[in-house]
Amino acid sequence: MPFEVVSGSQAAAIAVQRVGVDMVAAYPITPQTAIVETLANFDARGELGAEFVSVESEYSALACCNGAAAAGARVFTATASHGLAYMHEMIHWCSGARFPIVMVNVNRSIGAPWCLDPDQGDSLSQRDTGWMQIYCSGAQEVFDTILQAYRLSEELLLPCMVVFDGFYISHTYEAVDIPDKKQVERFIGPPTFPPQVVPGEPGNIHGIIPGEKQIQLIKLKYEAMMKAPALFEGINSNFEEVFGRRYSAVDAVTPRGAKTAILAAGATAETVRWSLPQLAGTGMIQLRMFRPFPAEQIRAILKKSEFERIVVIDRNCSVGAGGIFAQELKAALYGLEDRPAIYELSLAGGIDLTGEMLIEMVESIDQNVKSGYRWGDELL
Amino acid sequence: MKIEEMNRENEMLYSGHSACPGCGAALAVRFLTRALGPNLAIVLTASCWSIIAGVPPLTALKCPILHCPFPSAGSVGSGLRRGLNAKGKFDTTVVVLAGDGGTFDIGLQALSGAAQRNEDFIFVCYDNEAYMNTGMQTSSATPFGARTNTAPYPLFKEGQKKDIMQIMAAHSIPYAATATVAFPEDMEYKLKTAQKISGFRFIHILSPCPPGWGTESSETIELSRLAVSSGAFPLFEVRYGMDWKMTLPLEEKRTPLSEYLGIQKRFKDIDRDRLRVLQEEIDYEWEFLKDKVKRSEVLK
Ligand SMILES: Cc1ncc(C[n+]2csc(CCOP(=O)(O)OP(=O)(O)O)c2C)c(N)n1
Ligand code: SF4
Ligand SMILES: [Mg+2]
Repeated sequence: MPFEVVSGSQAAAIAVQRVGVDMVAAYPITPQTAIVETLANFDARGELGAEFVSVESEYSALACCNGAAAAGARVFTATASHGLAYMHEMIHWCSGARFPIVMVNVNRSIGAPWCLDPDQGDSLSQRDTGWMQIYCSGAQEVFDTILQAYRLSEELLLPCMVVFDGFYISHTYEAVDIPDKKQVERFIGPPTFPPQVVPGEPGNIHGIIPGEKQIQLIKLKYEAMMKAPALFEGINSNFEEVFGRRYSAVDAVTPRGAKTAILAAGATAETVRWSLPQLAGTGMIQLRMFRPFPAEQIRAILKKSEFERIVVIDRNCSVGAGGIFAQELKAALYGLEDRPAIYELSLAGGIDLTGEMLIEMVESIDQNVKSGYRWGDELL
Repeated sequence: MKIEEMNRENEMLYSGHSACPGCGAALAVRFLTRALGPNLAIVLTASCWSIIAGVPPLTALKCPILHCPFPSAGSVGSGLRRGLNAKGKFDTTVVVLAGDGGTFDIGLQALSGAAQRNEDFIFVCYDNEAYMNTGMQTSSATPFGARTNTAPYPLFKEGQKKDIMQIMAAHSIPYAATATVAFPEDMEYKLKTAQKISGFRFIHILSPCPPGWGTESSETIELSRLAVSSGAFPLFEVRYGMDWKMTLPLEEKRTPLSEYLGIQKRFKDIDRDRLRVLQEEIDYEWEFLKDKVKRSEVLK
């Protein structure tokens, strides 16, 4: 298969072109811009095969996707940071409406003050909106995950956010295996989800209902989302048959005798992976799927490993509560006997992580204290 | 024309909807769907009409209604049009329906974006001159001098009603027109004209609201008529922002504004000075419109 050296942003745009969507609506924001521009270039060359709508805001980008999805069209948008925050009302609406929309979010810190670095708080603060969220650690993964996201989304009728770090992934280049359109179409096929707006058929679509009806819809949404981890495995088996690669909702490296694990998502997980040889007695857990939170999969990994403590790297901070990955992990392990101790390393603001910082963090753990919180800038 | 004389074959508003008696907005949509139906899809933003539409699975209209968040109407309409096109449903007319709040205020950005891109749908604003769904608060379509629940006595709405028609005309869209419920033939002509044109079309419908304006439900048509005859709401159409035309030429001698305002409780406390300000504003708009019409004739 043909390898091409592309950036994470280009990988995302090419994936969308290969999938074959009906409409792209987007608005530029650093560090997402290259995705929109690459798609616009496809459009200019007549190779997008979709309507490209240059809307006047991110809010409208997602609103436009809503309208098209209501007619049964396959759509795409991408944003970052302030753009994602600006969409917030529409983000909720999409999942309530059960529109299978795929959106890329390129992580970037949210102001004030202005900051471009890859804090993951933008997407993590949308965790309760009913979207699936998958975090990618490289350009190949970005490409592959977008293909898989459409399958997941259209089968479950839930929107899916494909997330990757600004600059570390969006602006760096990698050799990516890029299959041609025919091959991708064989994996995905045309959209088959039902249109909600059917001309000629009366319908009061998403009109006002009482709370007793709303809870039933929320339950259905919840049940659909809880199917995602198993479905993701199934889709990956199929993906592997076609493309020879596969991913899991959670990955782990569990060296024999390793008592410490480092948990991370996105590009940070890649840094951890490359640093493991310098960290004796340490393994890792890569969180790929964040919504739904793969609690069962994490528990299964812990059961099989010898991990006694987990260092959670949180490139975000829920002020007043701590890192979001750590919170979610603690909740997922609640009630488990032999729970590992959890230590948090905050990279809030999107500061760089180095191998030295990791070593320092792991070595500084006081094993008599079962928890800890360290600010990454103090390790620099 | 009497209601009984109207062609009822295409009736798309079911009886039993939950609008207040005498609701101008319900009447406007009844005329609108009858003129444009049956192959119609409506995008509906948060407004009184979100309630009038009923509780699903019940519905007030014989066509799909896609509800959308308050600021999003123009963009959801853009998406629906393109989505329907992608599915080969080119013949369906897409209508975006919004109140004055969803048009003049919170929806203005998406509306402007869609108009500027010349998206292919009809945007219909039913203007009841305040946020009625939430209980009659001031919008930028509320006329100067009116009382609302965010401008309660002794306060009153300060500042003029935003001139949405000039704003839309400035977008150079293929078609924009005003209409109101007392003139159903005029409204039908404009809707049908709009339907034959492609690109962005805007219809601004003045829709009296008995509880909001403090009037009797039997006075809706009378109010609508007085709004036109006093010059407060002239009926006209604009093509490409350049070609302005009166569709119901006004008499030079307009009915006194006090007749229109006098029956509305929201203007109960209006004093002479404020009445004069409002009259001057209307006179100015009237001259401005006449001038536009004259220039358009010269251009031809
Ligand atoms: C973002 C947002 N803010 C506020 C509201 C509450 N809200 C619903 S309808 C409405 C007023 C609608 O006014 P208008 O557009 O004039 O329509 P009308 O109710 O008068 O028919 C408001 C403020 C909302 N739904 N969404
Ligand atoms: S409040 Fe006014 S606009 Fe709303 S339903 Fe009643 S009459 Fe109609
Ligand atoms: Mg209103």
